[in-house]
Amino acid sequence: MPPLSLVIWLPILGGLAVLATGSDRNASLARWIALLAAAAGFIVSIPLYLGFDTHTSAMQFEELLPWISRFNINYHLGVDGISMPFILLNSFTTLLVVIAGWEVIQKKVAQYMAAFLIMSGLINGVFAALDAVLFYVFFEAMLIPMYLVIGVWGGPNRVYAAFKFFLYTLLGSLLMLVAFIYLYFASGHSFEILDYHKLAIGMTAQELLFVAFFLAFAVKVPMWPVHTWLPDAHVEAPTGGSVVLAAITLKVGAYGFLRFSMPIVPDASQELAWFMITLSLIAVAYIGLVALVQADMKKLIAYSSIAHMGFVTLGFFIFDPLGVEGGLVQMISHGFISGALFLCIGVMYDRLHSRQIKDYGGLVNKMPVFAAFFLLFAMANSGLPATSGFVGEFMVIMGATKVNFWYAFIAATTLIFGAAYSLWMYKRVVFGNVTNPHVEEMKDLNKREFLILTILAVCVLGMGLYPKPFTDVMHVSVNDLLIHVSQSKLP
Amino acid sequence: MMNFSLADLAPLAPEIFLLAMTCLILIIDATLKESQRVVTFVLSMLTLAGSAWLTLMGLNTEPVFAMSGMFVDDAMADVLKMALYLAVAFMLVYSRGYLQARGLYKGEFYVLTLFSTLGMMVMISASHFLTLYLGLELLSLSLYAMVAINRDSATSVEAAMKYFVLGAIASGMLLYGMSMIYGSTGSLMLTDVSVALQEGMGQKIPLAFGVVFIVAGLAFKLGAVPFHMWVPDVYQGAPTPVTLFISSAPKLAAFAFSIRLLVQGLEELHGDWQGMLILLAVLSMAIGNLVAIAQTNLKRMLAYSTISHMGFLLLGILAASQNGYSSAMFYSVVYALMSLGGFGMILILSRQGFESESLDDLKGLNQRSPWLAFLMLLLMFSMAGVPPTVGFYAKLSVLQAVVEAGMVWLAIVAVLFSLIGAFYYLRVVKLMYFDEPVQTAPIEASGDIRMALSINGLSMLLLGILPGPLMAVCAIAVQSSL
Repeated sequence: MPPLSLVIWLPILGGLAVLATGSDRNASLARWIALLAAAAGFIVSIPLYLGFDTHTSAMQFEELLPWISRFNINYHLGVDGISMPFILLNSFTTLLVVIAGWEVIQKKVAQYMAAFLIMSGLINGVFAALDAVLFYVFFEAMLIPMYLVIGVWGGPNRVYAAFKFFLYTLLGSLLMLVAFIYLYFASGHSFEILDYHKLAIGMTAQELLFVAFFLAFAVKVPMWPVHTWLPDAHVEAPTGGSVVLAAITLKVGAYGFLRFSMPIVPDASQELAWFMITLSLIAVAYIGLVALVQADMKKLIAYSSIAHMGFVTLGFFIFDPLGVEGGLVQMISHGFISGALFLCIGVMYDRLHSRQIKDYGGLVNKMPVFAAFFLLFAMANSGLPATSGFVGEFMVIMGATKVNFWYAFIAATTLIFGAAYSLWMYKRVVFGNVTNPHVEEMKDLNKREFLILTILAVCVLGMGLYPKPFTDVMHVSVNDLLIHVSQSKLP
Repeated sequence: MMNFSLADLAPLAPEIFLLAMTCLILIIDATLKESQRVVTFVLSMLTLAGSAWLTLMGLNTEPVFAMSGMFVDDAMADVLKMALYLAVAFMLVYSRGYLQARGLYKGEFYVLTLFSTLGMMVMISASHFLTLYLGLELLSLSLYAMVAINRDSATSVEAAMKYFVLGAIASGMLLYGMSMIYGSTGSLMLTDVSVALQEGMGQKIPLAFGVVFIVAGLAFKLGAVPFHMWVPDVYQGAPTPVTLFISSAPKLAAFAFSIRLLVQGLEELHGDWQGMLILLAVLSMAIGNLVAIAQTNLKRMLAYSTISHMGFLLLGILAASQNGYSSAMFYSVVYALMSLGGFGMILILSRQGFESESLDDLKGLNQRSPWLAFLMLLLMFSMAGVPPTVGFYAKLSVLQAVVEAGMVWLAIVAVLFSLIGAFYYLRVVKLMYFDEPVQTAPIEASGDIRMALSINGLSMLLLGILPGPLMAVCAIAVQSSL
């Protein structure tokens, strides 16, 4: 089987196999099948990296089969340097999520594991799809498992959060569907995304298309002011759900800007760049301040995610190679860091069943190993050099300086705010005296938790010290994308 | 003119067979004891299978006229009839357990079902105003009786009464419209009407009048806003198997009816009916989706959902292109399947002395039966139009037809209302998956019902993964028939 189909369908089939184990009586069987499927899913994604040709921006590992001939819709898959890393990141995260949920999830284990595996396959499909309808199908289908994950295994306010998550995302994507149909007729009956890249479009149409894409992807990223679903979804989702949301699904939105908005409507993108940059800077500065005052740790990390994603969109819309690459690096790094932070919070939550900062304090006395890991990830979140968090932010700020000093100036405030909210939270949770008697009883990391956090720590440090393997893959694709975007498509 | 030959009747073979068998079943059933009623059921299924076989044998690529041109057998009719047999067969399988538990397991139910099936077949194949009307009345009269089949239930009788009165008014409007068209063009034959209109025959005002009344009558039958008042009451009041029936198969016939009248007869006047259909479609999507949110009764909620789906179906027709008609046809077939599954679920959850009508009865279904919950999940996401279920492709195809017709704004309005609609389908999923069960009684259902429902539910996913063939069939059928 060709590699891209494999990374999509293997997890989905694995998920169905897990579902087939049925009720919780077979829970351990379900866990082992899930682990096997997730591991296999990650292993089959590795050849994508190893076999990747870094000298071309053309689509690689392409697969093309006619699917719905009536509308000329094809099962067309392919990856370039922009999408390939995310397939790896996604498959990797799924593996971690399965391990992280091992004994934490006791209720409907098979359905939990299956939801994540199926979602993993669908998300890989989003990154690999080169046909607009195929992309849309994956893009929307992945909402279903996440809706169930939040609603079934979530916190007390989970129903509200699940609905908000689903409907918000659906609103944006439905308009994108209309945009695709418009492009289908404009391009002479084609749903090929690459055909849209070449299509000449008038300015008004470009602007309207830009708005449709913007709504779909800005909700997903999420950009200020359509970000409000994210804190709710993060807080209510179980740990695994938060990890996948932060590490992967947010990236789908940013990826959409690179794959759709910028190359399909370059003129509108250039013209409305000021708008995107403004929103991004508001996200960086304002949401950073909002994060500072959060009392709930998950909410704090959720807001920090929005701020970090603001960096990503800022990097994209300054149309500078350094900025775009920085944005992409930031996306991957944020996948590791936010995933790790949510897992850390999950570790604490499993012991104390609280996410409130005030319930903790003095954790270092009881959980020294955990405190060390948590410190590393908190530092990485605030952009400490030698961690992956630094690389992306630094590249984006460099790129922004070339374009406009003030962009860089405002963006750089994140180095202060990020450090403030991350470290202040860390101080309140980990240092000080133990005031809550329940904290006294908390045990340090078990082997499973230690394993996951070690893997993530290696990723965060490795990418921070030597980001070249990541940037090499992206380099040619990003450059060619920017060349393409700089050429006007007005007829 | 009156040269009659038996070969003339060949295109009518399925109808004749069905009629003969129905009369036979009526007689045989009178001799059966209560415990032998399964014979009636099996015979009815065999009748449908026989008609399906005859339809397949008489498959045409070119339209064939019979009965002096009053009856047409074309590819569109054949495809719709096949879908019709399938829908009726599913309905008969789903309803058996329910009828048995309530003392409604009678021969009349089967005979009336078959007679209304015959009515729908005639509607589908009509090429003359009179045949259209005959088919419609045969369907409607059978349905009125079916709604009231539980004669001891006050709500059923009330629903039947409402249905009858409003249905009669609608038929009257339709006839009035037809008479106007007849007066202007001098013909009742759809093809002749079409030719006469192309030649510019008839005055503008009587023609426009006729179109208005015909569209109003159609809207009544489809249940489009503002002619939808009967839908929720009848859906709620009728015994669930009858609701299931009304909500599925007749929609196929109504689609054919609309195409025959508006496209084959009055395409020349599409400037007149297009505007009206836009209004009907937008109102149906708006009222249907908004009011459905407020419902606590599952049958009523599905009734409003039907109204909104009819709005979507109209979108395909009002695009006034072959592309649009085939999209609408695809939509009607998909909708019939979804509706069958949705009501089939209500039937399976109901048991002796208990009607599973309230939305709360679905609470915690995932814990009681994960498989049924999963099937219902597929059905609900399909109705909401979320991929990878087939409902998405139905919406996609009508939307692209609307965009092709240059009405991007209408497509945007439609997707916004379908967003609102997604809310109440999601709520059903929420009840099944997020909530704890209230009902704890085990779900009793015989194997054949479970099997049918599984096929029905999984078809949402299978057709969603491979929608191509069915779409192609609809496209070919429309292309060769119009």
